[in-house]
Amino acid sequence: MGNAQGIGAAVKRKEDRRFLVGRGQYTDDVTLPNQSYAVFVRSPYGHAKVNGVEAKAALAAPGVLAVLTGADVAADGLGGIPCGWLVKSKDGSPMVEPPHPALAQGKVRHVGDPVAMVIASTKAAAKAAAALVEVDYEPLPAVGLLANAIAPGAPQVWDEAPGNVCFDWHIGDPATTDAAFAKAAHVVELDLVNNRVAPNPMEPRAANGNFDGANDQYTLYTTSQNPHLTRLLLAAFTLKVPEHKLRVIAPDVGGGFGSKIFHYAEELLVLWASRRVGRPVKWTSDRMEAFLTDAHGRDHISNAKLALDANGKFLGLRVHTYAAMGAYLSTFAPAVPTYLYATLLSGPYDFPAIYAEVKAIFTNTVAVDAYRGAGRPEATYLLERLVEKAARQLGMDRVELRRKNLIRADQFPYQTQVALQYDIGDYQATLDLALEQADYAGYAARAAASKAKGKLRGFGMSTYIEACGIAPSALVGALGARAGLYEAANVRIHPTGSVTVFTGTHSHGQGHETTFAQLIADRLGVSTDQVEVVHGDTDRIPFGMGTYGSRSASVGGSAIVKALDKIVDKGKKIAAHLLEASVADIEFKDGQYRVVGTDRVKAFGEVAFAAYVPHNYPIETVEPGLEESAFYDPKNFTFPGGTHLVEVEIDPDTGVVEVASVTIADDVGVIINPMIVDGQAHGGLAQGIGQALLEEAVYDAEGQLTNGTYMGYCMPRAADLPNFKVGNHVTACTHNPLGIKGVGEVGAIGVPPAVINAVLDALAPLGVTDISMPATPEKVWRAIQAARAGKGA
Amino acid sequence: MKDFEFHRPASIKHAVALVAGTAGAKYLAGGQSLLPVMKLDLAEPTALVSLARLPGLADIRVDGGTVAIGALCTHDQVARSADVAKAIPALAELASHIGDAQVRNRGTLGGSVAHADPAADYPAAVLGLGATIVTDRGRHPADTYFKGLFETSLADGELVTAVHFPVPKRAAYAKFAHRASKYAVVGVFVAETAAGVRVAITGAGATVFRSAAMEAALTTSMTPGALDGITVPTDDLNADAEASAEYRAHLCVVMAKRAVAALR
Amino acid sequence: MPKLTLSVNGQPRTIDCANATLLVEAIREHLGLTGTHVGCDSSQCGACTVHVDGRSVKSCTMLAVEAEGAAITTIEGLATGNDLHPMQAAFKEHHGLQCGFCTPGMVMSACDLAARNPAPSEGEVRHWLEGNLCRCTGYHNIVKAVRAGAGDMNGGK
Repeated sequence: MGNAQGIGAAVKRKEDRRFLVGRGQYTDDVTLPNQSYAVFVRSPYGHAKVNGVEAKAALAAPGVLAVLTGADVAADGLGGIPCGWLVKSKDGSPMVEPPHPALAQGKVRHVGDPVAMVIASTKAAAKAAAALVEVDYEPLPAVGLLANAIAPGAPQVWDEAPGNVCFDWHIGDPATTDAAFAKAAHVVELDLVNNRVAPNPMEPRAANGNFDGANDQYTLYTTSQNPHLTRLLLAAFTLKVPEHKLRVIAPDVGGGFGSKIFHYAEELLVLWASRRVGRPVKWTSDRMEAFLTDAHGRDHISNAKLALDANGKFLGLRVHTYAAMGAYLSTFAPAVPTYLYATLLSGPYDFPAIYAEVKAIFTNTVAVDAYRGAGRPEATYLLERLVEKAARQLGMDRVELRRKNLIRADQFPYQTQVALQYDIGDYQATLDLALEQADYAGYAARAAASKAKGKLRGFGMSTYIEACGIAPSALVGALGARAGLYEAANVRIHPTGSVTVFTGTHSHGQGHETTFAQLIADRLGVSTDQVEVVHGDTDRIPFGMGTYGSRSASVGGSAIVKALDKIVDKGKKIAAHLLEASVADIEFKDGQYRVVGTDRVKAFGEVAFAAYVPHNYPIETVEPGLEESAFYDPKNFTFPGGTHLVEVEIDPDTGVVEVASVTIADDVGVIINPMIVDGQAHGGLAQGIGQALLEEAVYDAEGQLTNGTYMGYCMPRAADLPNFKVGNHVTACTHNPLGIKGVGEVGAIGVPPAVINAVLDALAPLGVTDISMPATPEKVWRAIQAARAGKGA
Repeated sequence: MKDFEFHRPASIKHAVALVAGTAGAKYLAGGQSLLPVMKLDLAEPTALVSLARLPGLADIRVDGGTVAIGALCTHDQVARSADVAKAIPALAELASHIGDAQVRNRGTLGGSVAHADPAADYPAAVLGLGATIVTDRGRHPADTYFKGLFETSLADGELVTAVHFPVPKRAAYAKFAHRASKYAVVGVFVAETAAGVRVAITGAGATVFRSAAMEAALTTSMTPGALDGITVPTDDLNADAEASAEYRAHLCVVMAKRAVAALR
Repeated sequence: MPKLTLSVNGQPRTIDCANATLLVEAIREHLGLTGTHVGCDSSQCGACTVHVDGRSVKSCTMLAVEAEGAAITTIEGLATGNDLHPMQAAFKEHHGLQCGFCTPGMVMSACDLAARNPAPSEGEVRHWLEGNLCRCTGYHNIVKAVRAGAGDMNGGK
């Protein structure tokens, strides 16, 4: 420690300047010499046979270089887009894993499914020519809605998946859960839907592929959260070109929120097309295309039952969930409603018994995969709605019911009934902190003030936990992951003592260029100005698994720390030589190597210089140079948790819900940069509140997305949100060297049920007992009308 | 977007002649409605005749009992005009809530009135105040101007040059905005004018319309409570994912009451 | 193709482009100023916001030919040498950006507000930013930054 820019300092971001002066470089900003442009012809049907593609007119249009179809993809032997996770059904059978050709072959299965790729010398020419491609579609019965897909006799998305079931999976112990319910004094039951949302990073996806025939070398610029994973999948499955011939660059990326984890067909196709046309090929999604082709999030239908004893102690939980997969299995899709959802159903609570069944269902829609929180928001929403309902049904105080059931600080490590072992936490502490910061004691007065204005005020809460820091490779391997989930780092000390860090994580808003520089500053005693953090280029960085699941600081940061340990140790040997002391007598502190108990020191920079100019050097035993790599594989998930409190004010005349206040207290482990951590929480909260009140990707029964523009899909705006009160109570993660848990997803996980619980609290006096997300003005107004009618009012 | 001819005439006469002489030509004012639909290839004009250089169409004049606003005045200009704020504060207030800041910097009164989007704000003020739409060839009273969905009494090629708003005793506009698009789901303009009470509703139907029932009730008593019990028939109201006809009908009354409460 | 003369960030520029070219296309593709971004196709997100004759405008909803003779300022034209414009500096100081994609539009929009209103309230800032979407920050720090930047632009610093 002892560095003002080290761990815990709110250092201003190093990366900001280029973004603020307009010099960020995003994928679409990259235009290569002799650039050509691709536009896709996409299915307007949810489900159809493709009887033919007529490209003559398009090929004859000005500027057109090629029109490529599924037949070309097949002829060139491109691999299908793979799924990265195998989930097995209860009976041990593998999930139904249908083929996913990069361009449709014979059938299309969702609106937006690509059928042909038009490449031209300008984007305008490609767009104009795409309109001339004639596709002979024969529409087939389609099923756009999860609720319809599970009904008997529903249209079949895949012949090989009867009933549209991809897998029928379970976790927990049905027998102990049955026993728990048998002895319960109270059972609380809830049916609920977790609404489908579109991720909407502000930068639409883009890919620019370049094949250099002279060197037989492919380069891909792409909007990715994990360029190495993309390269791995391209090399092993889709393009089938070895890694040393394939460079993937994810330059500045304008947000991802999960949607840019996955390997998308367009990434493969621009590389392939570049080889075919002999020019670089760039594709940039427009927003409507993004709505139709970026993997969506959530989309669950669940039934949940909670068993309690006479005193309100939780005895058991039984959950049945249908989870939409979309038409094709996206990279992590099967893991989301299983190992990232059902394993979280214990929440922060001490549950003696849990049993959950999850059926994954195909629908004629774009894929559903990880979106900020991925599974954990769905688990939290279900549990916290259910707990809130229990408090009402049993006539218990909502805070006290939770308090009674929270895992106590002395119960850690805590083994849940759904496979996870929580290492550490203090859920009472975050609950207390949140209540205090929100002035819970003053709530009644605020409710009275709202009432005096003719408004209905409601208070809602959620105590949540999540699992992140993804993930221990052996564990996820046993659960079906087809890749390891460690992280890699390389730390290069330059002769003058400045530092370049190469990380396998990717920063697309998270501020790694600053926080990772702080780790270096903290450890080596250098200024963050002397540190450059490099990410997003497979030719510069040894390896990496990328950024998602709030893993970058806890897993990626730990890899950096491991590399730093090696640097410091090697430096000790060099310093011992320079100081003519034994290695055992050298300590490293505040940027200096010191002979313990003396004033004999060598600055870190002097040692670095000696490593590169080894004139006076232990050359027999120590190699010159100062650069180390490390891979870090986490021992467990990390478990952030906390309490989110929301107050809403509802206008009963219009049904408009205004978020009056949001107060959260999280335990995200050790904090490197509090400014950035707060910012991450804010962003997650906005997305969580968006899901609760504003956002829903609405498909119709035939699989048409009915609101796929910003004129229809309601993105949270500044005026939709209040300022946020964010507090932290830290318990350090016990199994990574930094004590970090992760913060990227907590806002999106914790807050949606708090919002809905607040809405229901406001409406409870009118007799409203249920409302679904998003709680739109008309929905709220209708609930009020229905409740009044039901009461005969 | 398909390419098109582009003209920038310096006189109204020339502009009108260009549109009259070119099949598929359209006037371009601020472009905040036209360009978005052209970008989606939903409109493919063969020629655009820019009004930007026409003289004298961006003035605001208050003359006795009339506020005359040039067709090319931007929403921002109207929102920030001290003259408008003094004469018809409700009109300035309405203009300050159209679209968003960038749209208000480009979008014009004339463009909005000529386009006659069923969810636009200005039509509520035009009809609510009983304004007169002035064109290159005549005058259109508001009461017979709005004909239907994107339909007005303008002849082909007729160019709106100004709108004359009579200064009311009191007026107010209350809008319930679409959460995503920010257009009016329902917007109600209530005015107490020399000729009586006028209530104009935008967003709810195919075009802006007056509510006789509300006007009658408010003539008896200009209070929100006077609107209790009034129901707006749902038959001709819009219904979409944001709001059903029934909800819109309800909002018409709620917003009307809010406008009455805000009269000044 | 028509020739178009305009001033961009204080420099006279001439562009050959089709009439159907949007101002944002002219800025990004013809002038190579890629700081101005495109985040949607329905004129909602505001990532493309630039100043035309001092006023914030969505450059995706204006034709390049309409800018003939106008003075355009893009995000690249705000800073003076190495010194960030006060609004840019405030965004950095208050962590008003994360991925940076909406940032140029946010900053340009905020400057227009600050030019009209030297001390905007929180509510005024939130209303003003209706035409600018951000997916990362939850707006909390953007609002802080805009208020501070407006103060600094108007002699607060």
